Amino acid sequence: MKKIKTHGTFEQTLTPLLFLAPNMLIFTVFIILPAVFGLRMAFYEWSILGDAHFIGIDNFRMLLQDQMFWRTLSNTVVYVVSVVPLTIVASLGLSLIAARQIPGIGTFRAFYYLPTMLSYVIVGIAWRWILGDDLGIVNYLLTSAGAVKVHWLTKSSMAMASLVFVTVWNRTGYFMMMFIGGLTAIPDTYYEAAKIDGVSRFQMFRHITLPLLRPTVLVVGVLSTIEAFKAFELIFVMTGGGPGYSTKFLVQNIYQIAFEEDRMGYGASMSIVLLIIIGAFAFFQFFMNRKEYSNE
Amino acid sequence: MSRTTRYILLGFFTALFIFPIMWVFLSSLKPQSELFSFPLSILPNEPTLNNYFSAFREGDFLLYFKNSMFVAVTATLITVLINTMAGYALSKFIFKGRDIIFYVMIATLMIPLQVIMVPIFILLKNLGMLNSLWGIIIPPAATPTGIFLARQYILTIPNSLIEAARIDGGGEFFIFHSIILPLATPIIATITIFSFMWRWNDFLWPFIVISTQKYMTVQLALANFVGQYQINWASLLAMTMISMVPMIVVFLLFQRYFVRGLTAGGVKF
Repeated sequence: MKKIKTHGTFEQTLTPLLFLAPNMLIFTVFIILPAVFGLRMAFYEWSILGDAHFIGIDNFRMLLQDQMFWRTLSNTVVYVVSVVPLTIVASLGLSLIAARQIPGIGTFRAFYYLPTMLSYVIVGIAWRWILGDDLGIVNYLLTSAGAVKVHWLTKSSMAMASLVFVTVWNRTGYFMMMFIGGLTAIPDTYYEAAKIDGVSRFQMFRHITLPLLRPTVLVVGVLSTIEAFKAFELIFVMTGGGPGYSTKFLVQNIYQIAFEEDRMGYGASMSIVLLIIIGAFAFFQFFMNRKEYSNE
Repeated sequence: MSRTTRYILLGFFTALFIFPIMWVFLSSLKPQSELFSFPLSILPNEPTLNNYFSAFREGDFLLYFKNSMFVAVTATLITVLINTMAGYALSKFIFKGRDIIFYVMIATLMIPLQVIMVPIFILLKNLGMLNSLWGIIIPPAATPTGIFLARQYILTIPNSLIEAARIDGGGEFFIFHSIILPLATPIIATITIFSFMWRWNDFLWPFIVISTQKYMTVQLALANFVGQYQINWASLLAMTMISMVPMIVVFLLFQRYFVRGLTAGGVKF
């Protein structure tokens, strides 16, 4: 397709390529090259200390039998399917409260997205301190009120729930901002017309707000899904994957296999599985945004 | 919803979101003895800064702080420069392959570090970039989202300005430097903040690249502290507070630029 030459835009090749060169170099060397290299490694028995042997699809055969792989995959899936809906509900709910332009609203919003600016390491440390078995303030308040202590991070079922809660707590403010963007884009006239027709608040939400927010819900859903599949830091700091293996996720497993057990090829084959999962969701997001990426 | 109800709800959620940070802060002011004694005190009985002093004495925290600062500042400068350059090339020139290059750059979003950490490690080892701060700075310096934001913004700069400069005989780098950069200041601010935030908070890159203490970043050091069998909570809480300071300063100074980035959709950084 021949582009129409727009006013003041020059048809040149060398100059723009020079401007693009640093980015292209970095993308090629540090993303595309390793991605290709990683694909190849997945078919090798590869270790830093020893030699590399081509073993065909043996790594993938091994994956099928690998209980730890399935365990970490299912842990990750449990985490994802808990985090994503809760994040959507929490951030949508919060945006409904915080979307109205009332005095001081900027400050409230700022407090809500403050947690999203902190590193997972810091967030993990803060909550580990709060949820500690003996020294944590939550258990202190529980016992003061006559209840029993809860092993928030040291009992399998609770540890997963705590991680889900902290993740939602951490990400809600960020996605709330997206929902506020979506809400502000809905014309007031829709609600005014509905009001005249005597439509109840709930029906307005159900029949005006929700349908018009559908694209935002999708974006938030996809983004939080990708994030949750990549989860590692928060878990590393809060539970280390424990107790037992109850909160050990895919990324941590790949890290241990590749770097602690020096089975790089096998780790690479697990990464391919993760790449396929994340790639599918990312592609979906890319597809949804295609209008923005296409021309001005 | 009445305004009063709204404010009550807003206040409740504010408490929920800042409570953990406040609690770490209050705890960090308590002497060791008070930290571990029952009944727990909510406000410190004898507030002290001792934990902060010992944080700096212990385990080279100052060095980690400097490393983190060096990485965040240098990487942000590089990212801002090369992303605006790419944004300019992709928005104000017509050339063969432009759209493909743009799509490929955006498509790299599909390959996060988590899925290439194994080959990246081997690559950096072969390039001699393991255990160096440049090994954390350079590889993630080009960010698809930054390029996207820069491109979208530069598209709005009128072509007539560029054209006028060309007629006056200005070279392309002159145009970039004296027309594009000054006019793109708002988006540069946004990219700067998000890049700084991401770099300051990043854990996975240093975790893979750095194994010697000399090059540890703050996040790596904090995670190491937590990993120890006996956690020294008194110092750790103080260190946690200190490591939040740069983020909070940036946040307070540039709050309005955050919103643009937050609503840009799918910000990776």
